[in-house]
Amino acid sequence: MIRLENVTKRYPGGQEALSGLDLSVDKGEMVFVTGHSGAGKSTLLRLIALIERPTGGQVIVDNQNTRRVKRRKIPAYRRQIGMVFQDHKLLYDRPVFDNVALPLIIAGVRRRDAARRVRAALDQVSLLHKEKQSPETLSAGEQQRVGIARAIVTRPKLLIADEPTGNLDPDLSLEVMRIFRRFNEVGVTLMIASHDISLIDKLGCRRIELEEGRLQQEVDPWL
Amino acid sequence: MAMTRHADAVAPVRSAGPVSTWVTRHASTAVGSLGRLVRQPFASFMIILVIAVTLALPASMNLVVKNARLVSGSWENALDFSVFLKQQVSLSEAEALGRLIGQRADIESVVLVSADDALAEFKRQSGFAEALDQLPDNPLPHTLIVRPSAGNTSASLILLQEEIGNLPESDYVQVDTDWVQRFHAILDIVRQAVSIGAALLGVAIVVIIGNTIRLDIENRREEIEVTKLIGATNAFVRRPFLWTGFWYGLLGGFMALALVQYGLFMLRGPVAKLSGLYQSNVAIVSLDLADGAIIIGIGVFLGLFASWFTAARHMRRIEPR
Repeated sequence: MIRLENVTKRYPGGQEALSGLDLSVDKGEMVFVTGHSGAGKSTLLRLIALIERPTGGQVIVDNQNTRRVKRRKIPAYRRQIGMVFQDHKLLYDRPVFDNVALPLIIAGVRRRDAARRVRAALDQVSLLHKEKQSPETLSAGEQQRVGIARAIVTRPKLLIADEPTGNLDPDLSLEVMRIFRRFNEVGVTLMIASHDISLIDKLGCRRIELEEGRLQQEVDPWL
Repeated sequence: MAMTRHADAVAPVRSAGPVSTWVTRHASTAVGSLGRLVRQPFASFMIILVIAVTLALPASMNLVVKNARLVSGSWENALDFSVFLKQQVSLSEAEALGRLIGQRADIESVVLVSADDALAEFKRQSGFAEALDQLPDNPLPHTLIVRPSAGNTSASLILLQEEIGNLPESDYVQVDTDWVQRFHAILDIVRQAVSIGAALLGVAIVVIIGNTIRLDIENRREEIEVTKLIGATNAFVRRPFLWTGFWYGLLGGFMALALVQYGLFMLRGPVAKLSGLYQSNVAIVSLDLADGAIIIGIGVFLGLFASWFTAARHMRRIEPR
C-alpha cells in the first residue's frame, strides 16, 4: 500500500527531515511510526498526503508514484486517503454533522446518500447522538472521534493519523486506538504516528521507529 | 440497526450524475453565500450601498444626457430663422414674398414683421424711445420670420436657409441654431466624460468587491486550508466567494435602480414646473427595462469578475501547512 524508496526530504535551510528512508506497508496492515519529535514522523505523513514533496526518492501509495501526481490532481489524490490530525482540524462554525459530511460534499455525493453515510460514520465512533452539536461543545476525545468519522466517511482504503492521541488521556487514547483497530479489521490500511509506546505495545502492531530521519528499528510482534 | 449502518459505511462512494451534481452544488453554495451575507446584515448592506451608489452615479448622469438630447433635439428641427430683407424692398413686396415662400412644403409658416412694427417693438423693449425718435428715418428692414415644418432634418434645414438667403430680396439670414449645435457639442463631451467616469467607477466597484472578498478569504483561511487538506479542489473552495461576489453585484444593481428611480421621482415636481413655464410638454425619460437589465448586468459582471480575480489570486496561495 505504501512504499518509500530512498526518500530524502531536505527543508530550505539545509536540515534533513528524512534521509534515504526505505519502508513498506502492506495492504490491510496497521503500522505505527514512532520516534522523538523531530525524528521525521510528521514529514513522512506529509509526504504521503502530498502536503509536501520529497527532495529525493520515490513515495508510492496504492501503486501511484506521488511524483507523477500533478498539482492539479492533488485534491483527487487526497480524497482517496483518510487523514486524522492531532488538533482535529474541525470547522467550528458548523455542527458535527456538517463537519463529517464535508468530504462527501467535496466528492459530490447526493445529499440523501451523504446523510446516511454521515450517520453510519458517526455511529462507528459512537457520536450519533451529537450530530447537531457544535464541535466546540464536545470534549477533546469526542472532537477527535468527529475527526476520525470525517476521515472514514468516504471509506478510504488508507488512513493516516498524525499523533491522534497526542492531546488525550490514556483511557481516551485507548478508545481511539480501538476504533482504529476496528477499521483495520474491515481491511483499512492504517499508518499512525505516535510516541505512546506503551499504548502501541498493548495493540500488538508493527512499529517503525525513526531517528533523525532514518529507520532506527522495526518491531514486529509477530516475528 | 448497527449492522445496516455498517453496511452503509462500507458501500463505495456513489456520486450523482455530473450535471445534477454541478447544479446541486452551485445551488447550495449560492444559498449558503447569501446566508452569510444575511447573517451580517449591516456590513453587507453597507457594501451593497456603496456598489449601488457607484452604479447609480453614471446611470443617472447618462439619463440626464439622454433627456437633454431629447429636449434639444426637438428644438433643432423646429427652430425659426429670421430673414432680413434688403432696405429697398417695399412692404407690399415683402408681403408677397412672405406669401410665396409660405406655400413651400418645408415651411410651416411665415410671419412678416414690418420695419415700422420692428421699430415700435424695439422702442418699447430697449427704452431708447426718445433717442430713436431723433432718427430721420427707420433704419430697420422688413423681416420675415420663417418657421420650418417639423419634417426637416438638420441637413435639409441648412439647404432651406441657404436657398432663402440667396433670394434677391433677402439681405441676411440669421440662424438661431448655432447655440443648439454648440449645446450638442457640449452634450457629446459630457457624454464622453460620463463614459470615462463610468469606467473609473467600474474599477472602483471591482476594487471594493475584491477587497471585501479578500478579507472574507483571510477570515476563512483556516476553513480553506482544512477543506483543501481533505481533498477540495481550488474550484470548490473558490465557489462560495464567486457567489458572494455575484450577490453583491446583483443586489447592488437592484439598489442602484431603486436609487435612480427615487431620484427621478424627486425630480418629477420641479420638471413639471419648468415644463409649465415653457408651456411645453417635457416629460422625463426614465429607465426602461433594457436600461435596468444593463445596470444589473453590469453589477453582476463586475461582482463576478472581482470575486473571481481575487479568489483565483488568493486561493492558490492558501495551501495546507
